[in-house]
Amino acid sequence: MRFMVITKATANSEAGVMPKTEDFETMGKFIEELVDAGVLLAAEGIGPSSTGTRIYFDGEKKTVVDGPFAETKELIGGFYLVEMKSMQECVEWFKRCPIQQVSGEPTNIEIRRLWSGEDFGEEFTAEQREAVAKREEKADAAYRSA
Amino acid sequence: MPTDTHRAIEAVWRIEAARLIAGLTRLVRDIGVAEELAQDALVAALEQWPVTGVPDNPGAWLMTTAKRRAIDQIRRAETYKRKVAEVGRELTESSPDIGTLVAEDDGIGDDLLRLVFVACHPVLSTEARAALTLRLLGGLTTDEIARAFLVPEPTVAQRIVRAKKTLAGAQVPFEVPQGEELAARLASVLEVVYLIFNEGYSATAGDDWMRPELCQDAMRLGRILARLAPREPEVHGLVALMEIQASRSAARTGPGGEPILLAEQNRARWDRWLIRHGLAALERAESLAGDAPGPYVLQAAIAGCHARARRFEDTDWVRIAALYERLAAATPSPVVELNRAMALAMA
Repeated sequence: MRFMVITKATANSEAGVMPKTEDFETMGKFIEELVDAGVLLAAEGIGPSSTGTRIYFDGEKKTVVDGPFAETKELIGGFYLVEMKSMQECVEWFKRCPIQQVSGEPTNIEIRRLWSGEDFGEEFTAEQREAVAKREEKADAAYRSA
Repeated sequence: MPTDTHRAIEAVWRIEAARLIAGLTRLVRDIGVAEELAQDALVAALEQWPVTGVPDNPGAWLMTTAKRRAIDQIRRAETYKRKVAEVGRELTESSPDIGTLVAEDDGIGDDLLRLVFVACHPVLSTEARAALTLRLLGGLTTDEIARAFLVPEPTVAQRIVRAKKTLAGAQVPFEVPQGEELAARLASVLEVVYLIFNEGYSATAGDDWMRPELCQDAMRLGRILARLAPREPEVHGLVALMEIQASRSAARTGPGGEPILLAEQNRARWDRWLIRHGLAALERAESLAGDAPGPYVLQAAIAGCHARARRFEDTDWVRIAALYERLAAATPSPVVELNRAMALAMA
């Protein structure tokens, strides 16, 4: 089972305060453990919402709104992609994430299961799956030659 | 007893078992004793955590608990030896120095690698090696192993007990083999991991979910090995081979569980992430292997040719035939010859 583990923005991360050298060290150690255990697919940090932009959709109207955005605690600060045997295993792993040590304030981590083609049901046709696979492969090839 | 805590303990055990047993083996120099100590710590956790909650650092808690018991045992043995010595009998066995042993806490990676080599020692049969590896490194219970291998639980339990006795009897040292011995011993480890993978891969739709999960266990073991022995091309080759093969899992069987041949598989159902990761592992393996790729690297390269082909018609059969030729030279077998002939016919 694959999971996306979402870390949330904090006042510091939103203010663009960079983690300290020792924070990179602390987080790096945790990430290293995930790699050592063979469960990590990806781990990324995300810039503050002041570097972000939203596109609002409402009928024909599309409104582009630049960040920063309010409701800090609901904003995303980074994410992990992991392969775990169960949600429980994922929870036990990420209870060890030194996120609060790094963020310096109470926060939360949200774990969501990634859907695979099978989860989408019958509406997602064989042809459409085929098309997705083809697109992904093209993207891979472009990435490799870049 | 709250089942949530139970499930949490199970998950913690899965995560910690290997490191725990590896660390304890260094302390007591016997994987049988080390595993018992780890199990005792697990039992203590099952008794205490539902009341106290799961501790912040459950791995450290388990290790401390198990070490305390280990030290008690060593002390008891020491007292016994002293008494024996007092009556004038000579002692030849050396006893570990408690002070230095408890202080040591780093080098967990080395301990894990040592544990892998002991669990997969050629003095054991392949079934025994597989059972022991899943038990000690995968954190599986004997019941789970039994279900996965379709054998009765007592058989697995007995296999594990006998394996531990054999290892103790043969006085297999807790160390990573060096020099010429390394290649042969590594082959023995990889064989076990691939056997575990294939046991899961051959499982069919009606089987217990434990069986297909073996593929995941094997891939994890492979990735762990690749981190522990990053310079070994065959380790990366095996990881690549398993990941590329596993990428086809969803496409390999029809709705009724009937097998679907490679030519007829819906390649849209192949797992892109596993292919991507597998091909990256293959690249690493090939660059490390240079002109002398071993059997796993070659098999992974063949699997890679299929993974790269968008449609069956796009398969690079010329390259596959050439790879089979090299594989036949490395490990001659009628199956490899047959595959080579088929690839030539397709080219």
